[in-house]
Amino acid sequence: MTDSTPAVLEMAGIRKVFPGVTALDGVDFRLFPGEVHALMGENGAGKSTLIKVLTGVYDIDGGDVRLAGSPVRFAGPLQAQQAGISTVYQEVNLCANLSVAENIFIGREPRTLGRIRWGEMRKRARALLARLDLDLDVTAPLTSYSLAIQQMIAIARAVDIDARVLILDEPTSSLDAGEVEQLFQVVRRLKDDGVAILFVSHFLDQVYAIADRMTVLRNGRLIGEWRTAELPRMQLVTAMIGKELATLEEIEEQPRAAAAALERGEPVVEARGLGRRGAIEPFQLAIHAGEVVGLAGLLGSGRTELARLLFGADHADEGTLAVGGRPVTIRSPHAAMAHGIAFSSENRRTEGLVADLTVRENIVLALQAARGWTRPLPRRIQDELVAKYVAALQIRPADPELPVRTLSGGNQQKVLLARWLITEPKLLIVDEPTRGIDVGAKAEIQRLVAELAGGGMAVLFVSAELEEVLRLSHKIEVLRDRRLVEELDNTGGLDADRIMRTIAEGTSQ
Amino acid sequence: MRTVVRHRLFWPAAVLVVLLLSNLISSPGFFSVTLQDGHLYGSVVDILRRAAPLILVAVGMTLVIATGGIDLSVGSVMAISGALACVRIADGAGWAVAVLAALALSLILGLWNGVLVSVIGIQPIIATLILMVAGRGIAQLITGGQIINVTDDAYRVIGAGYALAIPVSVLIAAAMVAVAVVLTRRTALGLLLQAVGGNPVASRLAGVHARRLTLLVYVFAGLCAGIAGLIYSSNVSSADSNAAGNLIELDAILAVVIGGTALTGGHFSLAGTTLGAVLIEALNVTTVTLGIPVETTLLFKAVVVVVLCLVQSATFRTLVLRRRKNAIGAPA
Repeated sequence: MTDSTPAVLEMAGIRKVFPGVTALDGVDFRLFPGEVHALMGENGAGKSTLIKVLTGVYDIDGGDVRLAGSPVRFAGPLQAQQAGISTVYQEVNLCANLSVAENIFIGREPRTLGRIRWGEMRKRARALLARLDLDLDVTAPLTSYSLAIQQMIAIARAVDIDARVLILDEPTSSLDAGEVEQLFQVVRRLKDDGVAILFVSHFLDQVYAIADRMTVLRNGRLIGEWRTAELPRMQLVTAMIGKELATLEEIEEQPRAAAAALERGEPVVEARGLGRRGAIEPFQLAIHAGEVVGLAGLLGSGRTELARLLFGADHADEGTLAVGGRPVTIRSPHAAMAHGIAFSSENRRTEGLVADLTVRENIVLALQAARGWTRPLPRRIQDELVAKYVAALQIRPADPELPVRTLSGGNQQKVLLARWLITEPKLLIVDEPTRGIDVGAKAEIQRLVAELAGGGMAVLFVSAELEEVLRLSHKIEVLRDRRLVEELDNTGGLDADRIMRTIAEGTSQ
Repeated sequence: MRTVVRHRLFWPAAVLVVLLLSNLISSPGFFSVTLQDGHLYGSVVDILRRAAPLILVAVGMTLVIATGGIDLSVGSVMAISGALACVRIADGAGWAVAVLAALALSLILGLWNGVLVSVIGIQPIIATLILMVAGRGIAQLITGGQIINVTDDAYRVIGAGYALAIPVSVLIAAAMVAVAVVLTRRTALGLLLQAVGGNPVASRLAGVHARRLTLLVYVFAGLCAGIAGLIYSSNVSSADSNAAGNLIELDAILAVVIGGTALTGGHFSLAGTTLGAVLIEALNVTTVTLGIPVETTLLFKAVVVVVLCLVQSATFRTLVLRRRKNAIGAPA
């Protein structure tokens, strides 16, 4: 674990380019035997890409990879596995209907003359599990064990393929606290055996509990490598989120009313103890007309889950939602829209736009859906509305009949916003509206949000970038580990450091 | 966009023209249409008349496929519809009562498929396979395992009669195509169906009642198949549970694909489907006039399906590109 032992894995100057985006730009990464190394970064930082390079899924466009000192280049996942790099993914990739032993040895069963030696297989499975301190009935079907045990069986399978490097990609995302501890014991044992472990998780507590060292990526670039003991949480969060570039145009400092001034009268939408198991713990939240409420927190902290509950995209298990002071039941997005709530998803491509439809069709979709299929929006009115918003949001190219997939990310985002603006919502929820778009478009969208709130719309603004949350919001709700931990008034004294401290520590004290 | 659609329909249209022209080799009077007793006669009219049930079934199939689904049960629904109508007529009911009963049952069968797919969430191919297999049994149950022959002149008009010198079956098919076009293009149904087929998750988040629409298209497909079943049984004046609509689901899917509607859902073309259905019937007629054995028709159809599906498959295209450039695709 000391720097004098040679690294088992060294990646230097890794570059990976996809059409239109540089996913990895000169990233260095090293892994020593007998250490747990956490790879940290927000969405789009390049973690997944780096792992896929390491496991042979992607070929690289630049840089080199050395395994135990000799350069390697994998043509596929199988080659990477044979070289001793094993991966355990977030979802258990095993066969639920087979036994534990079968799952461990599937595809490489001990055989004589083509016949499987069952006894030998069971014996070896037991021995392997014993190495991880697990005492299981290896003939029982996989499903007779908990998710955590299944995850450990997946690890047992991975390390038996003579793993020198073990990649754990969010192995804890579906485990509870006790199960996580069980898993960590197994990880520590492997570490003591000299396996180099790459650990990815969005839970800061877990990372600090298990990792010896951390590498932080942001926007495809290497931010740095630290020993966990030498990296306070505050500094880690800063490294992951970063400070916004000063190139962003400042929103004209329009006198932003204090939240208190806006919070007279009934809130537009109020959540009272609304929650959903496994997604977000019950929370209180009130959003008033003309108010921008920012949601801050790391990826996986429950930002999107909270927004989806308000929109009825997921069903709440508990609590109530009130619109304009009256309790309502919202069981579908359609119902939420009827109450004047709009939600622009963070995943433009998978949850937002219909790629093959035109810009016009995408813009009118929500309004048309609200009217129902029997009351088509006359083409003339469609064209007027679309032309108005294409001009107002400066959507380029300004041809409403182009398929939306041909537009750039920023323009696609504007199309998605236009879709919701023509429904004239009372509450607009925007989830990561500025992610993955260029700086100019970003500034335009921020200005638009400020203007909409100025015009009396309530806005829930979700973003991983603290600077823009701070710049736009009247008050900021901080989320951490699927819990709304604090509400901060954005008046004067609040700065990014204070929010980061809340994200990192759970309280602002 | 318009040029793309035009482009898509160019090849099937060209193939159709070539097929029709090739008939001139062995039958110089192929294109002649004569008026006898106030009825139009000729090979071209005959192709349209024979294509009528397929057009109907394929139009219903188009909307189902637009939502990303498929309906394998259309042939069985045809058999059931024809069986019920003939049995009712044989029992002495009037033709109108029989027809209404058959159509009502077809709607119910379509509803069954729709519920399985959209409410219960079974994969469309499995959900409709149930009725595809069981439906023949239901038809035999209705007919008591017999071929029911009927002699009702009014009923016979549906499949074999003429109105305004044009075969009634062709008029019915044209009317249903028109209904489908008006339903999808004059209302917002077309847009919403394409949205559901193109991206079901995004559509739901835009407030589209994806379930309700999916249910609706299966009901419509059931109705179309029911009418096709009436035309078929009326034309032969009998109900044959095994022969009616046998394998028509495959021809219907082929017609949809030829017409430029992708099996993955999204954009659809009713004009293209109609063209595809006529093309398939023209292919059948042509092989007969040219004296090609029937086995070759099936082989040729299979080749067309394979080629069209391959060209449409994005996976296949990237595979070919990857081979060529040895490059790796976009991020997941």
